[in-house]
Amino acid sequence: MIAALPEPHPHDIGPDPGAPLVDLPGHSSRGRLERVLRRGEFAITAELNPPDSADPQDVYERARIFEGWVDGINATDGSGAHCHMSSVAICALLTRVGYSPVLQISCRDYNRIAIQGNVLGAAALEVGNILCLTGDGVQCGDHPQAKPVFDLDSTSLLSVIRRMRDDGKFLSGRKITTPPRVFIGAAENPFAPPHDFRPLRLAKKVAAGAQFVQTQYCFDLPRLKSFMTKCRDLGLPERCFILVGVGPLASAKTARWMRANVAGVHIPDEVLARLEGAKDQKAEGKRICVEMIQQLHEVPGVSGVHVMAYRQEQYVSEIVHESGVLKGRAPWRREFVPRMQAVESFEGK
Amino acid sequence: MATPLTPSAFEPRGKRPPPYRAPRVRLWAVRNAALLAGIYSGFETTLKRIAPLLAWIGFDRLERPVAAVERTVKGALFDCRMCGDCVLSSTGLSCPMNCPKALRNGPCGGVRANGNCEVYPEMPCVWVKAYEGSLAMPGGARIAEIQPPIDHRLKGGSAWLKRMREFAKAEQP
Repeated sequence: MIAALPEPHPHDIGPDPGAPLVDLPGHSSRGRLERVLRRGEFAITAELNPPDSADPQDVYERARIFEGWVDGINATDGSGAHCHMSSVAICALLTRVGYSPVLQISCRDYNRIAIQGNVLGAAALEVGNILCLTGDGVQCGDHPQAKPVFDLDSTSLLSVIRRMRDDGKFLSGRKITTPPRVFIGAAENPFAPPHDFRPLRLAKKVAAGAQFVQTQYCFDLPRLKSFMTKCRDLGLPERCFILVGVGPLASAKTARWMRANVAGVHIPDEVLARLEGAKDQKAEGKRICVEMIQQLHEVPGVSGVHVMAYRQEQYVSEIVHESGVLKGRAPWRREFVPRMQAVESFEGK
Repeated sequence: MATPLTPSAFEPRGKRPPPYRAPRVRLWAVRNAALLAGIYSGFETTLKRIAPLLAWIGFDRLERPVAAVERTVKGALFDCRMCGDCVLSSTGLSCPMNCPKALRNGPCGGVRANGNCEVYPEMPCVWVKAYEGSLAMPGGARIAEIQPPIDHRLKGGSAWLKRMREFAKAEQP
């Protein structure tokens, strides 16, 4: 028996999976993530843990488990200042299949010359989304001896990429013959001090060019809500799609470790207590994540969630499914294309 | 052996990272941002007035002595790193070049729950202080201005002279 697959949106599929999609008016990119968000769907993005290898199959295996459940796949760029396969290479591999990758650029590792070159290269490889990050300090990675670059910061990086796209110019003023078609994103951490400044900082990023934002892990809903209230007062959700970061905690021990060692992660004591009191901590961690997604779905101004399930990527589909926030919508998967062709040939008869 | 210091993104040639991470004078300056900003606006009026005279003497000739004075004064007050493109009045008088990531537009996402730096756990975040300073001083709303990428060629030069060059240029027909 064939399970009834939900119909894909016609804008989201091309003649073959790897081919670029048709341009839509009012869109900055040809990517599927922007389309889903602009249609007002609740979007799901997930984070791909980049391999420590030169084998493309490692990338495809890691992406495959998200297929049909997410609208964008973030390829991290040396997250935690650890060395892995580069984000631009992972994104390029993913576009060959037809996935919608989010290129991450962290200012820690490149200067303005390298970054602008990378943006053009990525856009040429049909990467439609770019997330601009400052990057963790080198001290938390496996190469603490490295020279931290930080030539630009995340906000000025946003303005540089927007200038490349909208004005067709490098930062130097030199002309770009074919500007990159990209949907530009930023990160925000509503849970780190100075809390009152965070919405203003996001407003600054939006003014610099951010069209979507992916936040740090949210385990503290009241704080997120107060952040969102201030964002709404500033009119940010009208100008920028806000995707809130979520993720399952594997155990109370992991949660404690993350709280102490991962920069910018805020886990309230109640969450720790709930994990500790559970018989099956792993299942409870997933449960907390599912509930968080459901609650975020109800927060005005939240356009989606960004699932960061580090070393638990296999549970992302389950978590998204259980949350029910897709409401029967099916994000892109390879099967869509042959199915559509089959429908067309049937109609032609 | 003591743990080696993490290198900072912005270390002017010949200047080592500050030996301490609890900068008392710098924090005093932020607490008194309103007073110091008032003094500076008076000083800027003076700069504007003497700009034509200095232009006549020659800005390039004055670069070294003025930079030396600026380094001493602003170094003592703000732990100035002589980036040559001063934005103190947009950052609540907390010098952003003391941020190990040299962030000029706001804090990173790694600020600790106690308001301290991700890279130097014992140092208060430069941007947490910048926000406090900007709330206290007149014109603090300038913290919302987007700072363009820094021009690294200005490193080590005098920001006062840079300002006066702008004044002198503006006066020319």
